[in-house]
Amino acid sequence: MKKLNNAKGFWGSVVLAVVFAVVVQFLINGGTLNPFYVNALFSIGINIILAASLHLIIGITGQFSIGHSGFLAVGAYVSAIITMKLGLPFPVAILAAGAAAAVAGLVIGVPTLRLRGDYLAIATLGFAEIMRIVFLNIDYVGGASGMTVSHLITWPWLIACVAITIIIIVNFTNSTHGRACISIRENEIAADAMGINTTYYKVMAFVIGAFFAGVAGALHAHNFYIIQPTNFGFLKSFDILIFVVLGGLGSMSGAVLAAILLTIISTFLANYPEVRMVIYSLVLIAMMLFRPQGLMGTKEITSFFKLGKSAQGGSQDANKNTVA
Amino acid sequence: MRTKTQLLKVENAGIRFGGLKAVSGVNLELLQGELVGLIGPNGAGKTTFFNLLTGVYVPTEGTISLAGEKLNGNKPYKITKKGISRTFQNIRLFGELSVLDNVKVAYHSLAKHSIFSSIFRLPSHFSGEREMEERAIEFLKIFKLDNVQHEMAKNLPYGQQRRLEIARALAANPKLLLLDEPAAGMNPQETDELMNLIALIREKFSLTILLIEHDMNLVMGVCERIYVLDHGQLIADGTPEEIRNNPKVIEAYLGEEVS
Repeated sequence: MKKLNNAKGFWGSVVLAVVFAVVVQFLINGGTLNPFYVNALFSIGINIILAASLHLIIGITGQFSIGHSGFLAVGAYVSAIITMKLGLPFPVAILAAGAAAAVAGLVIGVPTLRLRGDYLAIATLGFAEIMRIVFLNIDYVGGASGMTVSHLITWPWLIACVAITIIIIVNFTNSTHGRACISIRENEIAADAMGINTTYYKVMAFVIGAFFAGVAGALHAHNFYIIQPTNFGFLKSFDILIFVVLGGLGSMSGAVLAAILLTIISTFLANYPEVRMVIYSLVLIAMMLFRPQGLMGTKEITSFFKLGKSAQGGSQDANKNTVA
Repeated sequence: MRTKTQLLKVENAGIRFGGLKAVSGVNLELLQGELVGLIGPNGAGKTTFFNLLTGVYVPTEGTISLAGEKLNGNKPYKITKKGISRTFQNIRLFGELSVLDNVKVAYHSLAKHSIFSSIFRLPSHFSGEREMEERAIEFLKIFKLDNVQHEMAKNLPYGQQRRLEIARALAANPKLLLLDEPAAGMNPQETDELMNLIALIREKFSLTILLIEHDMNLVMGVCERIYVLDHGQLIADGTPEEIRNNPKVIEAYLGEEVS
């Protein structure tokens, strides 16, 4: 019964996503959406992938990593090398970018995930800076002046990547493996005492998160015509962190919603460069003052549609009954 | 009668933090099916000893073995899989998870479906998850927590949180259950219920239990044998009656007699 409902919800969302994708494709072809909007749409998609991947690391597993731009950089450069230098097709570049970032996640995750809280944050920040400096000093990828990349990104590729990212991360979260990650976030000592291999699951969440950040890197590189090390500074990491925190730590739909809203805000504020950062910061301050738990708290958007059948349902059910 | 095979054997175990000997030279033996108490004044090293048993700390001396298998140096999650499970002095539930999910986490090591099958929603994912859910619900019924199964753990009243923690520890399918001050902060009525619960689970799951407790009524009431720890060393062991009259124990708790 429950399985049936889950399956129905799943296929329902897939159908919605496909309809949305096709409609937007027609709008692009018909010229209703001018290139400015199309560009904004691509930025939104890339940011959704970044927000979802960091959500898995911070929101679900509770590992405070602020070096996400490092994985973005690895993905961007690896994919650029593959399409521009080796001349291989774009899909290969996307997969290779994800794989390379996942390997980077594994290499950096195994030693640093023994650290907790602030220490982990500083270690991951250091990793992102190292990646930036490395690309800055390799002449093969253009050094400081960067690398020109052709614009290969198309709407179908983008929407497919976004959908696959969200499906995989949601499926992972809603399983015993996801619960293991959440138990680490809630109480690592107790998780360990319950037989959860905490190191394994922290590294696993880190690697999956890094993979999708790499995918986002590939899309990013083939959207902006040029990639430079300065695009991947620690401010980029903070942008991604803000999506996750603002959406509500632990809420996938919150992270996605925040990524959409903030990208729209910053895109339209691009017309007013002198006040752009001021307004953006004010939005963040107001948000934290009036809704410190984030847009969605820990709820998911699906909990609003499940009102009728939630009597049998999962944790969303408990959310509704509580005052806090 | 119960089979009296040896389950846990601790030989000369101890740990030092720098120059501080927190626990040293502890020899302790638990037979299958026993219910044994561990008491001692505050700071005697009782919880540290539990942490040695469960692998949170690695003993700097001595050996600990469960059913003949040496445990020293294993990670906590491995020791849990080998059959030692515990509760905590300060409750450590997964607050933002539902009561049901708290128990399901303890079943995790029994899960047959891989990350791969969960990500791609293969049939083994659904059957594995369904089996877990059914077992967890059955389990909560034993502890009379099934009516709050969708409540978040952090919203339960204190007594139920304690009960859920014991339920979660038992769901990990231990041979030896360690209870760290299960009655802390409970009123007399709740303590009585707890004593009944401990007796019930011991019969039902044929468990061996080692419990730390300050409530002497509870300890003297349910334990068959008692070990007394003071300043990191065992100073006495025996039946509750022997312990009650042991001059060393009285001294440790009340100080030396003046006269």
